[in-house]
Amino acid sequence: MDQVRYWNRERETIDRAALQALQLSCLKETVDRALSTSFYRNRLERAGIRGANDIRSLDDLNRIPFTTKDDLREAYPDRLCAVPRSEVVRLHTSSGTTGTPTVIYHTASDIHNWTELVARCIVAAGAGPQDVFQNMTTYGLFTGGLGLHYGAEQVGMLVIPASSGNTARQIRMMEDFGTTVVHATPSYLLHINSIILHEKIDRSRLMLRKGFLGAEPYSESTRKKIEEMLAIDVYNSYGLSEMNGPGVAFECVYKNGMHVWEDAYITEVLDQQTLRPVDDGAEGELVFTTLQRTATPLLRYRTRDLTAVCPGPCPCGRTHRRLDRIKGRTDDMLIINGANVFPSQIETVLMNVPEVGTNYRIVIDKKGDLDRLTVDVEIYSKMFTGDIRELDRLRGRITSDLKASLLIMPTVALHEPGSLPVSEGKAKRVFDNRPKL
Amino acid sequence: MKVTQISLFLENRKGRLFDVCTLLGKNGINIRALNIAETDEFGILRMVVDKPDKALSVLKANHFVASVTDIVAVEVDDRPGGLANVLRIVTETGLNIEYMYGFVESRTDKALMVFRFENPDKALDVLQKNGVSVVGSSEVETL
Repeated sequence: MDQVRYWNRERETIDRAALQALQLSCLKETVDRALSTSFYRNRLERAGIRGANDIRSLDDLNRIPFTTKDDLREAYPDRLCAVPRSEVVRLHTSSGTTGTPTVIYHTASDIHNWTELVARCIVAAGAGPQDVFQNMTTYGLFTGGLGLHYGAEQVGMLVIPASSGNTARQIRMMEDFGTTVVHATPSYLLHINSIILHEKIDRSRLMLRKGFLGAEPYSESTRKKIEEMLAIDVYNSYGLSEMNGPGVAFECVYKNGMHVWEDAYITEVLDQQTLRPVDDGAEGELVFTTLQRTATPLLRYRTRDLTAVCPGPCPCGRTHRRLDRIKGRTDDMLIINGANVFPSQIETVLMNVPEVGTNYRIVIDKKGDLDRLTVDVEIYSKMFTGDIRELDRLRGRITSDLKASLLIMPTVALHEPGSLPVSEGKAKRVFDNRPKL
Repeated sequence: MKVTQISLFLENRKGRLFDVCTLLGKNGINIRALNIAETDEFGILRMVVDKPDKALSVLKANHFVASVTDIVAVEVDDRPGGLANVLRIVTETGLNIEYMYGFVESRTDKALMVFRFENPDKALDVLQKNGVSVVGSSEVETL
């Protein structure tokens, strides 16, 4: 095991009492910032919170109403922005449950703080300036690429902004530049491994020693499998675009749960029914409140991710609690090759295609190590002219409409009317045929 | 002189073609010419039948996705180079064929071919002017 190192020892090993005092003062500032947005003003005032002074202890968190993904959609595009436009330096959007995305704005200090958190993660996982870091997650609106990128540069790693895809080039770069650390989804790293085997690439030419894996759930046995096949250490990473992206929680060299940076996020794990806190070790929904973010403060954001806090301290000395692997979702969101997809997004796209009926089916399975999304639709009899090229164009158009909304490429299959589940009632439309974790 | 072709959308599912042929057979409809254009997931069955109106209503009543298209049926000498003679006229006159296929039956020394032209009316005119024997729907029905 690598030696325990810190990026910011003082903050990472802060004692719990001091951490809680810091959380309280940051929470007050965050509530004040939130009150400056039209979105939060009304709902906080209704809850009797008119200023920071109404928050006297961390227990007052309970008085603050929850924020949901639907709220973010409702506030789109800028009702959650708490600073003048001139102070905003970046935005990221992510998929909403329908056509409307959600947006998070960042000031320069927000980016600085995010970078600091990612730097802590990278150093906690035993990487440093000596490493060559190949970042194989998508750059752009998706937060996985840029989030890790800035942190890795901060640490002083040589960063290869490879982004996702083009596996042959990824492997070539690993060989040519002596990549030691990669960031990817577990399924993509498995895919890379199968190509390495298939192409009979000389493993001794690869310098890989670590993988940062996240953006999709994976099991402990998958971790072991990847570690053995590629002879690397794998560290679990957790983040979500609403909380910046990667850098929310990350494993240290002990690989026993992900330290969540509690000076940046008040972390609650709540019972799904009562929405009251559960004990450490018990499963519940993860709820975050931002403590450092200036442009888009979010209070008690319901992630819909299910997990538990790992009980007890970690031998690494960090006092920030650890989160267990994500066990599932409380909503119907699908994670397909690391991208978040809501069935309602697919439905919204299909309902705008006059040539197809209202019945559809969503099938997710594995093609090799990667996920595959198939959308089955029924062609509408009256639109059928007998021209096969027209059907091909229709298929192409639905595929590109879905790609534009989901940001991943689906396979679209046309069917005869009456062959798919009917639209009335609660038809089962989503068939996730991937092996269980 | 144009002939009605029926096109059917068929998803790639076991027994689907059998379903169509069974249905037509039960209703006394005879298939004269037939062709399938397919992709990975679906196919389009194109056919010329002896009773196109009846076939269409029977198919639609049984929830098949069907439509009709005008095609041109042409007599071709049943000997080496027979089809080439017709295609030479098609090429020289600049007609554009979208697809073509052959009839199940042939009569005596002639083979029957089905052509789907980009512009069926123009094609009909050009072919007849060039002495190509075009077969009408009544002839197709009584083959």
